[in-house]
Amino acid sequence: MSAPTIEVRIPTILRPFTKGEKVVSVEATNLAELISALDANYTGLGERLLENGELRRFINIYINDEDVRFMGSLTASLKAGDSVTILPAVAGGC
Amino acid sequence: MTRYESLEASLGHTPLIGLPKLSPKAQAGKPAVRLWAKLEDRNPTGSIKDRTAIAMIDDAEKTGKLKPGATILEPTSGNTGISLAMVAKVRGYKLICVMPENTSIERTQILEMWGAKIIYSPAAGGSNEAVRVAKELAAENPDWVFLYQYGNPANTLAHYTTTGPEIYEDLPTVTHFVAGLGTTGTLMGAGKYLREKNPNISVIAAEPRYGEVVYGLRNLDAGFVPELYDASVITRRFSVGAQDSVRRVKELLEVEGIFAGISTGAILHAALGVAKECVDAGVGADIAFIVCDGGWKYLSTGVYGKDGDPEVLDGQLWA
Repeated sequence: MSAPTIEVRIPTILRPFTKGEKVVSVEATNLAELISALDANYTGLGERLLENGELRRFINIYINDEDVRFMGSLTASLKAGDSVTILPAVAGGC
Repeated sequence: MTRYESLEASLGHTPLIGLPKLSPKAQAGKPAVRLWAKLEDRNPTGSIKDRTAIAMIDDAEKTGKLKPGATILEPTSGNTGISLAMVAKVRGYKLICVMPENTSIERTQILEMWGAKIIYSPAAGGSNEAVRVAKELAAENPDWVFLYQYGNPANTLAHYTTTGPEIYEDLPTVTHFVAGLGTTGTLMGAGKYLREKNPNISVIAAEPRYGEVVYGLRNLDAGFVPELYDASVITRRFSVGAQDSVRRVKELLEVEGIFAGISTGAILHAALGVAKECVDAGVGADIAFIVCDGGWKYLSTGVYGKDGDPEVLDGQLWA
């Protein structure tokens, strides 16, 4: 069975890697696979997301709006129809 | 007792309101899943930030950092500034707020009304940029007192000693606590207190997802994680888009009659998601969430109207 196709939303700051595409699709069953697939298609993107095999500090990745850091990080699993969003850390405060 | 010696003394002890209509129906024979809204707009200046502001100023006075007549500097997208402005006025301090230039017009009007001076930071970069500008100004003006809500332990402590205990006292059966993630003070403080009382309580962060303009950071290292943030206090974290936040804030108004600010919509969206999971799993839950402020300061965004377009929020700071 082939891996499900996952939609990934790319933030403005990383769009130079995807030739300006806001949303790209890759096949993956977990987040680690998704990042390697992204890097395979868009050279250099993986390095902007990972550092020493971990998510970079200022990078947040969400599966269906939930932060992967609380879902097993790189081992977080993906299924068909999931949507992945990559965002830089930004402070709010009301 | 509802008599107080002063406005400041009326801080906190905000009502925790049941949401009988918005709470989802449990499966037949299964325990109830109930939502509870803590109305922080019932604080002296109308937001949860009164807790933070009063605690930070009290602490700075106690440690001698804040002398009579001093000038206070703070990066804020609004509510903290409004709270600080009130306390500064009452206690005789001057206040300078660094605020992104794209916050709603009401914020500026209210701050100026209380006598605060505003320095605008560029819209692109949002709160991150306001923090950066404020840090720069603090370095250039050593006589200004920089309270810095993002890294001031008094902010977290305020919620550890007030917000958390109030929720636990009003709802000892609380199973989930949902709040917004901004400075992270509310979640860190109240979340830590609640989990000390009962380690099984889930602490859930909801962050409003800012628009493209705000994400115009120069590089990824321009990202910003508040010094107060400690991921170990949180069990789950959601990023909620403008569309969902606006839909939920309108639902809260239409179904339960509560008129809240837009960041509350993001929090409610996460709370309802968790509530549905509990119903599906057939487990009972008492889910307490924070209503940060009322909707008054966001009317100019137009999103509350029938044809209100959540997209307009993409270019604005709306927490």
